[in-house]
Amino acid sequence: MNIIVCVKRVPETSEADISIDKSGKDIDKSGLAFDLNEWDSYAIEEAIQLKEKIGGTVIVLSMGGEDSNEPLRKCLAMGADDALRLTDQAFNGSDGFATAKILAEAIRKFPYDLILTGAQAEDDGFGQVGVTVARLLGVPHASLVNRLEIQDKKVKAHRELEGGLEEVYEIDLPALLTLQTGINEPRYVSIMGIRKVAKKEIKAMGASDLGLKPEEVGLKGSHIQLEKVFFPSVGEGAVMIEGNAEEITLKVLDIVKDRGGLA
Amino acid sequence: MKEIIVLAEHRRGELRDVTWEMLSKGRQLAESMGGEVNAALLGKGVGSLAEALKGKANRVFLVEDSRLDVFNSVTYEKVLGQLLTERKPFLTLMGHTAMGMDLAPALATQLNIPIATDCIGICLDGDKGVLNRQLYGGKVNAEVSFVKEGPYLVTVRAGAFPVEEKSPLSTEVVSLPSPLTDEGLAKRFLQYVEAAVGEVDITQADILVAVGRGIKEPENIPMVKEFADAVGGVLACTRPVVDKKWLPKDRQVGTSGKTVKPKVYIALGISGAFQHTAGLKGAGTVIAVNKDPKAPIFGVAHYGIVADMFKILPVLKDKAKELRKR
Repeated sequence: MNIIVCVKRVPETSEADISIDKSGKDIDKSGLAFDLNEWDSYAIEEAIQLKEKIGGTVIVLSMGGEDSNEPLRKCLAMGADDALRLTDQAFNGSDGFATAKILAEAIRKFPYDLILTGAQAEDDGFGQVGVTVARLLGVPHASLVNRLEIQDKKVKAHRELEGGLEEVYEIDLPALLTLQTGINEPRYVSIMGIRKVAKKEIKAMGASDLGLKPEEVGLKGSHIQLEKVFFPSVGEGAVMIEGNAEEITLKVLDIVKDRGGLA
Repeated sequence: MKEIIVLAEHRRGELRDVTWEMLSKGRQLAESMGGEVNAALLGKGVGSLAEALKGKANRVFLVEDSRLDVFNSVTYEKVLGQLLTERKPFLTLMGHTAMGMDLAPALATQLNIPIATDCIGICLDGDKGVLNRQLYGGKVNAEVSFVKEGPYLVTVRAGAFPVEEKSPLSTEVVSLPSPLTDEGLAKRFLQYVEAAVGEVDITQADILVAVGRGIKEPENIPMVKEFADAVGGVLACTRPVVDKKWLPKDRQVGTSGKTVKPKVYIALGISGAFQHTAGLKGAGTVIAVNKDPKAPIFGVAHYGIVADMFKILPVLKDKAKELRKR
């Protein structure tokens, strides 16, 4: 089974103190740690587990500058066979649609039975790239998959719906699946593991290598463009409780008691 | 005349809330540009749903076919592809839901029309759309605009738009022939699988003590459980805690978990991504403890504490136990 996985490098923001940069169009990323997009870490893990179980190859793709070699190397250390980075000045400003075009053209260069991506990225959260890639390649897809099983030339995929309900599909291969978090337990990658693949070549391909014209990618090839970013208004916001741990505790327990707790 | 088409989302015989939200927003946009808001309803035996949509749209385009008995992005894409090609609505709205996420990007690609996903604000300024969406898990909002001319496809976040009470529209139900044939599909629906039933029902709890990513290690969970027990509450959590297998799925609050309605909800180390807070709409008093003063949870909470949960929790737990003993 030949599997292709698309991944993205993203800043870790869930617990970081964020500020907006001078351009007003993005957050200030200096000082932030970067990692493999969380959803994608499940996609690469699933690919490697499938390879371990039924054999085959895993090729991992990422669009981005040289920094994107980091997550690609992490994927190699996890067990991917090959990594490819898609990079070009012309790619700057690509939205979800333009990104999908770039990924789709790169995927066409390889034989594949299955394409896996994360269901969405932590940063822009489009949740559209995987399904768009599938449609551009003309292969069937399922998004938000939280369980899958390969059966001969088919895959049985569980899609996670609202409220914990699932719908199960049988899909002919080749197919593309976008994965939900929690589908597996991504393996830990040690520094030693990364060192072992440090010398492995990560090829880079640009627009012309992919047969894409500059006007088909980047902002010109996009549907939407970012105008500005701003902090969400918090509405009335919360009443802030201040003080030391004891003072805060008493206030919190007062509120709980007032509403019928501690009884 | 400018037309807005809303895809009526339904599952197992019920229209989903996002449908009413989109129709309400769609009507407001249509009125602002002198157009009309229409609904597209696909299914089998969904006449009663078409009835239910009356008053909320100018027209309901109804496509009934036994092959539309359940949602499948392949059949939906075919039917809607034809409808949108014929009608060329200025704007089509779908939910950024499990259904919309599987369908909308494929449909936009087929029709080669611009798409913007997961929008929480839509403003149509002349021929140009300006949209609001969120980045970085809801930590910042973004204003985006379409680069190309419409027609447009926009997917909207469930719960982002209020349902406004307005005088009912006179609605015409228009039955359209289905373009589907018996050709085999590369993607076939097999069945639904129900959510697992767990040992506790968090939807029935009066007090919930919930933990998020901030819990750091599974070893920290027993301390939270002790606190929850001491206040007579039940332990709940966010999705990342379930993904790491630290707590079972039936404890999860949010879009893909449970919708809860406790009198008190204590959120410990929870940033407040919408996937989580969407499950909190029915909660009475929300108290949040988080290190980050900009955490979105403080926009939802009634009481906020900016602190490291591990500095507060031991004191909370001990004091609650002490009070409980009395």
